[in-house]
Amino acid sequence: MIPSLSLGKRLASLLFTFFVFSTINNVSAQDIAAGKALFMGKCASCHQVLKKGTGPALAGLEERHKWADHNELLAWINNPAAYMAKDPYTQGLKAEYGSMMTAFGDITLAQVGDIVAYINDAAVVKAPKEGPVGEGAPKTSSNAVIFGVISLILAIIALILMQVNSNLKKMSDDAEGISRPDPVPVYKNKVYIAMFALLCFAVAGYFFSKAAIGLGRQKDYEPVQPIYYSHKVHAGINQISCLYCHGNAWESKHAAIPSVNVCMNCHKAIGEYAKGPKLYDKEGKEIDGTAEIAKLYKYAGFDPNKPTEWDPSKAKPIEWIKIHNLPDHVYFNHSQHIRAGKVQCQSCHGEITAMDEVKQVADLSMGWCINCHRETKIDFNYSDSTGNKFYSIYERFHNDIKNHKMDSVTVKDIGGLECQKCHY
Amino acid sequence: MSQNKYWQSFGEVNDPENLKNLSQDEFQEELPFEGFDDKGLIDAKAPRRDFLKYLGFSTAAATLAASCKIPVKKAIPYANKPENLIPGEAKFYATTYVQDGDVVPVLAKVRDGRPIKIEGNVLANSTYANGGTSARTQASVLDLYDMYRAKFPLHKVKDKFEEVPTFEQFDKLVGDAMATAGGSTVLLTSTIVSPSTKEIIVKFPNLKHVQYDAVSYSGMLLANEASGFGKKIPSYKFDAAKVIVSLGADFLGTWLSPVEFAKGYAKGRKIDEKNPSMNKHYHFEGHLSMTGSNADERFTHRPSETGAVAVALLAELGGAVAPSIGDAKLAAGIKKVAADLKAHNGEALVVSGSNDKNVQIIVNAINSAIGAYGTTIDWSRPVNYRQGIDSEFAQLVSDMEAGSVGTLMIHGANPAYNFYDADKFKAAIKKVKLTVSFTEKMDETTELCEYIIPNHHYLESWGDAEPKAGIVSFQQPTIYPLFKTRPYQTSLLKWAGDTKDYETYFKEYWTGKLGGEDAFNTALQNGVVENAATGSAAYSGGATAAAEAAIAGYKKGTGTEVVLYEKVSIGTGAQAGNPWLQELPDPVTKATWDNYALISMAKAKELGIKLNTDYEYYPGKPVIKVKVGKVEKELPILVLPGMNADTIAIAVGYGRNEALGKTAAGVGVNAYPLASFNGTTVDNYVTGATTENLNKKHKIAQTQIHNSYEDREEVVRETTLATFKKHPNVIPEWRNHLKEAFYKNANNDFRQATLYPQHDQPGIKWGMSIDMNSCNGCNACVVACHAENNVPVVGKSEVLRYHDMHWLRIDRYFISDKENPDELKGVVFQPMMCQHCDNAPCENVCPVAATNHSAEGLNQMTYNRCIGTRYCANNCPFKVRRFNWADYTGADSFPDNQDQSIVGKLDDVIFQMNDDLTRMVLNPDVTVRSRGVIEKCSFCVQKLQAAKLGAKKENRILNDGDAKTACQTACPTDAIVFGNSHDKESAISKVRIENEQRGFYVLEQLHVLPNVTYLAKVRNTDEIIETEHHEEEEHKETEHKEGGAEHKVDSTLPSATKAEEAH
Repeated sequence: MIPSLSLGKRLASLLFTFFVFSTINNVSAQDIAAGKALFMGKCASCHQVLKKGTGPALAGLEERHKWADHNELLAWINNPAAYMAKDPYTQGLKAEYGSMMTAFGDITLAQVGDIVAYINDAAVVKAPKEGPVGEGAPKTSSNAVIFGVISLILAIIALILMQVNSNLKKMSDDAEGISRPDPVPVYKNKVYIAMFALLCFAVAGYFFSKAAIGLGRQKDYEPVQPIYYSHKVHAGINQISCLYCHGNAWESKHAAIPSVNVCMNCHKAIGEYAKGPKLYDKEGKEIDGTAEIAKLYKYAGFDPNKPTEWDPSKAKPIEWIKIHNLPDHVYFNHSQHIRAGKVQCQSCHGEITAMDEVKQVADLSMGWCINCHRETKIDFNYSDSTGNKFYSIYERFHNDIKNHKMDSVTVKDIGGLECQKCHY
Repeated sequence: MSQNKYWQSFGEVNDPENLKNLSQDEFQEELPFEGFDDKGLIDAKAPRRDFLKYLGFSTAAATLAASCKIPVKKAIPYANKPENLIPGEAKFYATTYVQDGDVVPVLAKVRDGRPIKIEGNVLANSTYANGGTSARTQASVLDLYDMYRAKFPLHKVKDKFEEVPTFEQFDKLVGDAMATAGGSTVLLTSTIVSPSTKEIIVKFPNLKHVQYDAVSYSGMLLANEASGFGKKIPSYKFDAAKVIVSLGADFLGTWLSPVEFAKGYAKGRKIDEKNPSMNKHYHFEGHLSMTGSNADERFTHRPSETGAVAVALLAELGGAVAPSIGDAKLAAGIKKVAADLKAHNGEALVVSGSNDKNVQIIVNAINSAIGAYGTTIDWSRPVNYRQGIDSEFAQLVSDMEAGSVGTLMIHGANPAYNFYDADKFKAAIKKVKLTVSFTEKMDETTELCEYIIPNHHYLESWGDAEPKAGIVSFQQPTIYPLFKTRPYQTSLLKWAGDTKDYETYFKEYWTGKLGGEDAFNTALQNGVVENAATGSAAYSGGATAAAEAAIAGYKKGTGTEVVLYEKVSIGTGAQAGNPWLQELPDPVTKATWDNYALISMAKAKELGIKLNTDYEYYPGKPVIKVKVGKVEKELPILVLPGMNADTIAIAVGYGRNEALGKTAAGVGVNAYPLASFNGTTVDNYVTGATTENLNKKHKIAQTQIHNSYEDREEVVRETTLATFKKHPNVIPEWRNHLKEAFYKNANNDFRQATLYPQHDQPGIKWGMSIDMNSCNGCNACVVACHAENNVPVVGKSEVLRYHDMHWLRIDRYFISDKENPDELKGVVFQPMMCQHCDNAPCENVCPVAATNHSAEGLNQMTYNRCIGTRYCANNCPFKVRRFNWADYTGADSFPDNQDQSIVGKLDDVIFQMNDDLTRMVLNPDVTVRSRGVIEKCSFCVQKLQAAKLGAKKENRILNDGDAKTACQTACPTDAIVFGNSHDKESAISKVRIENEQRGFYVLEQLHVLPNVTYLAKVRNTDEIIETEHHEEEEHKETEHKEGGAEHKVDSTLPSATKAEEAH
């Protein structure tokens, strides 16, 4: 059957294209992950990828100055003062931003590579999806649309041609006087109907299973909160440590939302929002930061005009909307990850320092968890005091490392993929 | 190995073939298929189209239930976070379980402001706080969240209770009423162990305090007074006794302070293999009690003969004229016991559960004769557990009848239920002008009172308890009071004109006594303060002769005798509304949710009850009528071996009314009216009972035969001390025979013998060891497991259908000769839970890999993967997997899943357990399982994970003892040892190495490689059990190393091994 064969070929090519596009960005995922961790740990307090912060936006930095040469970049990062002495470009940066870059003497060349890999990755692929800053449609999705449209047009052309072909055949048969039964119209042709049904089944099945898998997941969930609380202003611009408010994450399974008295530690003194950038909500309406602080005062029962009369015991809790929800049969422990595992908050919560109202960045699916458990290396070298002494009982792995049978131990190796690590 | 038969049910002894066939049926009862009428499936009333309709509907319903819409959840932080509180992390607060006179120092695990679990308080250098708990202590946390608690003050107006809005109004109402009541003012309580409360009572003007115990110990109090010790009860040191004789005292289960006694007793049961010795326990009783089950040698007699037995024993020791003992075996037993006691002067102890003053005086004389005073009986620390004197209460009832009592305040006492002549009390209380009840729950007595002011639960209270002279155990609140309740001490203070509340009073009292606030805070933190023992008393035998004469004058018991006993679960009935306790199987009968008449095999024969498979297999048990004087009770029977032929035993604490809540209402029969008053004290037995078979049946939900081992006997091992000394390797030998059978079957090649993968355990490997010699069947572990792991309660109707959910069960095996099951040699209790096999038969039959192996040796169960095929449960040789047949927890997506006609109506208790209030007890770290999944023991994996995380956070290796399972911490006898078996220094490794001669794995011939070791029970008797293998002993001794494939295969393999069944 010629038509179905050609369609099959087309579908195959289409699938192949999708496949290529979906894998192309996974190249050097490990470097990017390592770079991300470094970036969040060291750079993120001053730099953002796409926007100016305390320091310049780092997107596209390899196109600027001599930074394409990572050795130059390393020299600058390791000792900015020395580098700047003989380099007018960086002197200009200091003039523009008002302060000199902090020195990071312990960064290595490989790490610079990782960081740059992350920056490039974040600048090109992820940023447009995440932030409101994204200009133009992301490349991948536009390609998909183009390919989709092309396949559709080609499919229609193929159908028309087939129809033409059969008409011509009929005409030639008529001309030659061969009597044939009338061709079956398209909508009655069983082959077409079967193909159409199969196609519908496949498409419906794809969407159905995808929807079923996605049930209960809420990636990109960004509810309106009772107070417009900007993490960008607090954790980004003002660089308040995550653990100042979410200190519970260090101790317990819950990160816990700070109580009103923690907010009031600072906001007793800070009553208005004046200096920071303008804030917008999802619809683009401007937010009055001072009014939002006033909402906090209402919950706290605090009168800014009579600060000495404040009675913290009269405060009422704020009913925040919970964004990151795990099913009840999942045990997740924050302290396990950030304290024992030394994972950065941003690894799961995204670039929280750039978000105004928080939204869920990861889909929090089991596959996503497991993937990290597969890749994440643990602090294994207890002997040189960088690692956790707990792991000293894994004698065999230590021997294997010594004998170069394995180079690192991942969470997976110590049972991190087992059911009862998270489900009990 | 031995000639003894281990058996669980009469069916196994009398009719094994039939029972086996029946056990193979999955369902015990006829299945309710409608409209089949033996026609084909096609002709059935529900044809194919209906099936398709249902299928379509349920698919659509499932989609809807899974619901595409995600509800908005809120995260509400504290307004002001308390400084020492970390949401998500548990904190432990020392407090004290006090229930009437029972005292256990405990730690309450408080998670996010809610106590969710009780642990024993272990305090270094403490003689008292040593960490054990009882089933009732473990279950007490559930009482806190009982939806049937009294929630606010009530005032009875025209026979109806009305709420009193404030305590001030209540105080005024009672104050006014008290002023006009006239007559005397009486406070009726159960035993009060709190010194500060006692002071408040003493200070209350013109208040008469009467203490009344549901199960009285006044015989003992009076006897000790007569023997020159004062009206007190001494401390008993079971750990110092090499010979222990109990005359009907259930000291491991319910007598005085069983947790403490079990600890001391178990010390003498731990065996050092190099020099095996253990204490010897003789038991005299009428029925088969839990403590009696643990005895090395047991003798039965009529309950009315207790006095005669005591005198006979004293006579053998040279202190009295011997009465005639009719039963030859009993007489010989007394002689033997006396000889043993004589041989162990200063290392022996005799205790008696009798409430007869004269019997207790004789027991005192015996203890004096064997040098127990100062060695095994300690008068330097008299105990305060029971203080009620029966005659004082009888006097109170007379006063009430005479109308001379104006005000009666009641706390903890419930005579309208548990007094032998409750009707008399009920009539008398009507003549009292003002009645006030301080109660936690509406009960039979509280219902009769005019004013009710609810008391705090102990977990909400400040308080103190002085269980023994000089030892004080403190209570502190672990949660803000849930309801409008007030400590009864505050009420007493207020009504006496003091403005202080009890909290202030208590604090001032103890800061004064302890010398400052710091000392007070330390005391609260530790929980227990011990002062030096100061008491002293000397024995005087002056009353012995009179007591002996009195006993000689007792009428000989005739006919059938009824003895009342307490179950370890329900006790006197104070916690009868607790679902965990109601569903707890009795250690000896394995029955839940009922009381019954325990009868002997002879009595069964007399009543025409055949002990065949029908009796044993079907839950319906014959109902008999027990008639004593005017009291008639209809009860189902259970037959036990080793009972005195003429004794019927009935548990108290059952037969409650609706007021106490739906859990206890209608369960069992109230047996208290069968007790009798002998003029001085209330006797717990009665003679001259008549019985009649009513030829009807009542279903008893027993759990014992739910789990069949399919005839594989190799699950339980025990021997006698004499055998163990003579043939120390009797158990390793037996193990080798089992293993050899396996290897032979596998062509002596280990690798060919298994289709299981070699599991890689690079770090930790968890292991457990259970010493069956220490386990006495007390069931504390079973309740602890319930609390820790959110194990659901299923109700009687579901237990009847084998749907009980206990992750941990304690199997009971009777030991007897094959031919003579009534000649009971002993009873073995074996805690059985998931064995976490390395070659787990459950794992490879799961079609969805919901159960699999972890790198730490755990057999993991993943509920969210399980689709409920139950293949794993069927393939488990130990039958430890439990299936959620119905929605016991309310965790399903379908709201109507709990009330459908297909699975049958669920019991009320399930809905009680699903009430929002009750659910506060759930452990938030453990998933609440929904319908249709298998669950089982996880080795408390949540605790293991928490322990590892703690070590990682502190950057250290995991210490031995960091990770403990709930059953392990609950155990009062330290029978359970748990830890990392890869760590050679850990307790578990040491136990295994030090007990090679007793250690075994269950069903070793199956080669499933469990991670739980059992240490065989050793009975301390002279019986030598010879087996055919002993002659091979010498030349095999060198070959006892485990796991080698080089075993020589013996040609004379025991025929019983069934290794082929593993394949």
